Amino acid sequence: MSHYSLNINGVLRQVEAAPETPLLWVLREQLDLPGTKYACGIGACGACTVHINGVPTRACMTPVSTVGRKQVLTIEGLDPNGAHPLQTAWQELDVPQCGYCQSGQIMTAAALLKENPNPSDAEIDDAMAGNLCRCATYVRIRAGIHRAAEMAAKKKDGP
Amino acid sequence: MKPAPDLSTLNSGPDRRSFMRQSVLGGSGLLLGFYLQPVGAADAIGKPARLENTPGFRPNAFIRIDEQGVVTLISKQPEIGQGIKTSLPMVIAEELEVDWKDVRIVQGDLDPVYGGQSAGGSTSTPNNYNNFLRLGATARTMLVLAAAEIWQVPVGECVATNSAVQHVPTRRRLGYGQLTTRAALLKVPAADAVQLKNPKDYKLIGTRIGGVDNLAIVTGQPLFGIDVKLPGMLHAVFEKCPAFGGKVVSANLDAIKALPGVRDAFIINGTGNLNGLMPGVAIVADTSWAAISARRQVKVNWDEGAVAQQTWDGFVAQAQALAKQPGSVQLRKDGDPAGAFAVAAKTVQAAYSYPFVSHASFEPQNCTAWFRDGVLELWAPTQNPAAGQNLVASTLGIARDKITLHIIRSGGGFGRRLSADYIVEAAAIAQRVNAPVKLTWSREDDLRHDHYRAGGFHHLRGALDAKGQLTAWHNHFVTFANRVMRDGQSVLQPGSGASLSGDEFPGRWVANCLLEQTPLECGIPMGPWRAPGSNVFAWVFHSFIDELAYAAGRDPLAFRLELLGNKDIQPGTGERGVPYNVARIRRVLTEVAAKADWGRRKFARGQGQGIAFHFSHRGYVAEVAEVTVSKAGELKVDRVVVVSDIGSQIVNLSGAENQVEGSVIDGLSTLMFAELDIERGRIVQRNFADYPLLRFPNAPTRIDVHFIKSDQPVTGLGEPALPPLAPAVCNAIFAATGKRVRQLPLSRTDLSWQ
Repeated sequence: MSHYSLNINGVLRQVEAAPETPLLWVLREQLDLPGTKYACGIGACGACTVHINGVPTRACMTPVSTVGRKQVLTIEGLDPNGAHPLQTAWQELDVPQCGYCQSGQIMTAAALLKENPNPSDAEIDDAMAGNLCRCATYVRIRAGIHRAAEMAAKKKDGP
Repeated sequence: MKPAPDLSTLNSGPDRRSFMRQSVLGGSGLLLGFYLQPVGAADAIGKPARLENTPGFRPNAFIRIDEQGVVTLISKQPEIGQGIKTSLPMVIAEELEVDWKDVRIVQGDLDPVYGGQSAGGSTSTPNNYNNFLRLGATARTMLVLAAAEIWQVPVGECVATNSAVQHVPTRRRLGYGQLTTRAALLKVPAADAVQLKNPKDYKLIGTRIGGVDNLAIVTGQPLFGIDVKLPGMLHAVFEKCPAFGGKVVSANLDAIKALPGVRDAFIINGTGNLNGLMPGVAIVADTSWAAISARRQVKVNWDEGAVAQQTWDGFVAQAQALAKQPGSVQLRKDGDPAGAFAVAAKTVQAAYSYPFVSHASFEPQNCTAWFRDGVLELWAPTQNPAAGQNLVASTLGIARDKITLHIIRSGGGFGRRLSADYIVEAAAIAQRVNAPVKLTWSREDDLRHDHYRAGGFHHLRGALDAKGQLTAWHNHFVTFANRVMRDGQSVLQPGSGASLSGDEFPGRWVANCLLEQTPLECGIPMGPWRAPGSNVFAWVFHSFIDELAYAAGRDPLAFRLELLGNKDIQPGTGERGVPYNVARIRRVLTEVAAKADWGRRKFARGQGQGIAFHFSHRGYVAEVAEVTVSKAGELKVDRVVVVSDIGSQIVNLSGAENQVEGSVIDGLSTLMFAELDIERGRIVQRNFADYPLLRFPNAPTRIDVHFIKSDQPVTGLGEPALPPLAPAVCNAIFAATGKRVRQLPLSRTDLSWQ
């Protein structure tokens, strides 16, 4: 076991873990941040997507020993009030079915909108292709990203 | 809404303190038991949902209103993504005349007080809708009466609206919170005596309401079974034999127990029930990762047993041999099929086949269990909590009244969580551990130890007369079956959804019809998969009907309408047969054709439309798919039009549309990709890398969802929109390319064209 001091959602958190432990399990079980989900364990589905220094990253494939002091952002830290435009749009359009994949979808989409504030359908499909939704809410996720882009633009242009 | 009924109707119910079970509507099918006792709220998962002695007005086990006017409604059905935790409480809220913003929803535990609680077969809505209307109306009636008593006015002058009762002549208002004390003193009226609203006055039912857990979902709050956390909880993994039915001979338990973080490792012998507790090695550790890491070191000496000889290629060869003989069971014989084929102007013959597929629900199977002082407490993401309790009781010898089961939101169901194997595994592990323990399956466990949708082989022949009419239909279906003991006899039992009904369309419609079935023994566990049977039968039969339509030189829609005929109701065969409402299917079929401009559009080569319909799970659905197939054979589904008739009312329009969109894409994903290979009695595929699901780029650009409201009972939508998708797409592929898809998944067929 080794000691790690991790920068999670802007707060330094201390954990004891074996070096190869995936960040996913450290977040879920040791730091009480279960919004990051386990679904495949091989980086094939996107359910465990977090941002590391702003880059969408698979927490299931990220050994805790490699994180260092990089900034880790999870769904719980995306917005202090849970009111990121994507979170608002997801509720407005009632995107989820079972909801299990949605935190990963939102984290990937948040990174997309940062780079491309007004993505086309094709750009969304391309950026989101690594995130699976077994309930197949893809049509609503696309709409949710467009809606969030719209809201973010309004906020920017607004008073 | 109309004023409340006269006082005289309110005196017949049992005393609210009597704890007497009340039958609402009488008759076994509609019996709803509800104890008139306190209910309560749980603010987090992992805590019991039914709190005793909570203050407020509690007219029944599903409703509590506190003095602040907050209305707490129990959701009794498991939530698996079908939206029932939102839609059924909407039904109560509608009749209760409560503002949705005043409503809090609490998931109920498994509890006889709530009646049946299985979420399967799209039955949650039809089994509960009418009762839930009455639950809400009963409470509303009492609140109106309480207000009338407070004001000392005739009850007929009072109406309930927006979480309050109004005295119409004087416009006085009392909020529900202000009425709870008085209402709590009243006798509960007989539920069949209360007056229901006229559906045209509905304010909530039929509107779009967002899922009640959406905020928790988008902010990552603990919500699912895998998120359950209890003080001192340990984490378990369970290694089963990769070949189905294999037993543990020995394992390096001492070495495993010495690994970091491992608390215990032991063998569970299990039972012979393929869908129950299978043998394996349990590893219990401080964290999931410690358990997962230790599992990589485990060495098990397996007795793989007889199933290890089974392979998919072997099954295919056996099925081909069986198909050459007469079927072992005759499901239907009408007229003179042999004679009709002998005089046919044209005979069409084709073989259709599909593989085993997995549910791949996104949250892997898991369950948390705590066994102490002979009492077992379970936290289970399940579709069928009673099945979990029953399987644990019968397998482990724990009395059912010593088993508490908390129903936790499931990350997808699709029929997988009707099975309770993972629940009994967690319980068996908990019996050996002096702490709460959470068993979590890996994705590989989930894919390789599913209860699968069975593969199947259909050998079809159809006869056409000189006018292009279908005169005879013959199907020999070779299906998969497990050998089980029944009444002391060893019998072959087809898997769930792997048995054809003699009434399955077009049975009953073709004058000369022969349907045969032959079971093929296998040791692969099978279980219900979204729209069991229908999810493949619709594809086979509507693809073959399309072949016949083209062979007859007829339009595929016109050919189908002629086949359906003019009768409005086709009675079921025998005592257990289900009538088919032909008028409803004709209506959705003609409507979908109209919405999709069927027959009125010209498509370029490589583009086309396909049509199909299906009746299952009480729902009548027709779909048109529009596809583009590139010369290289790449498929793009451009648009799907869906018209459904699921009765007189859509409860939550947003949820309903979401279910249809999801069913369409789930159907497409399964059609395009889903395939399991079987070698040495085990599943070859391991994870999403070799068992792909559809991703964003393959999702249709447009799905048009329409509902027809008929005068029929309100029914469910988790399943019926899935079956028509595959044949609609395959028929569109044929229209676009001339290539007929007769084997699933689609990746098995070269769709390229010149």
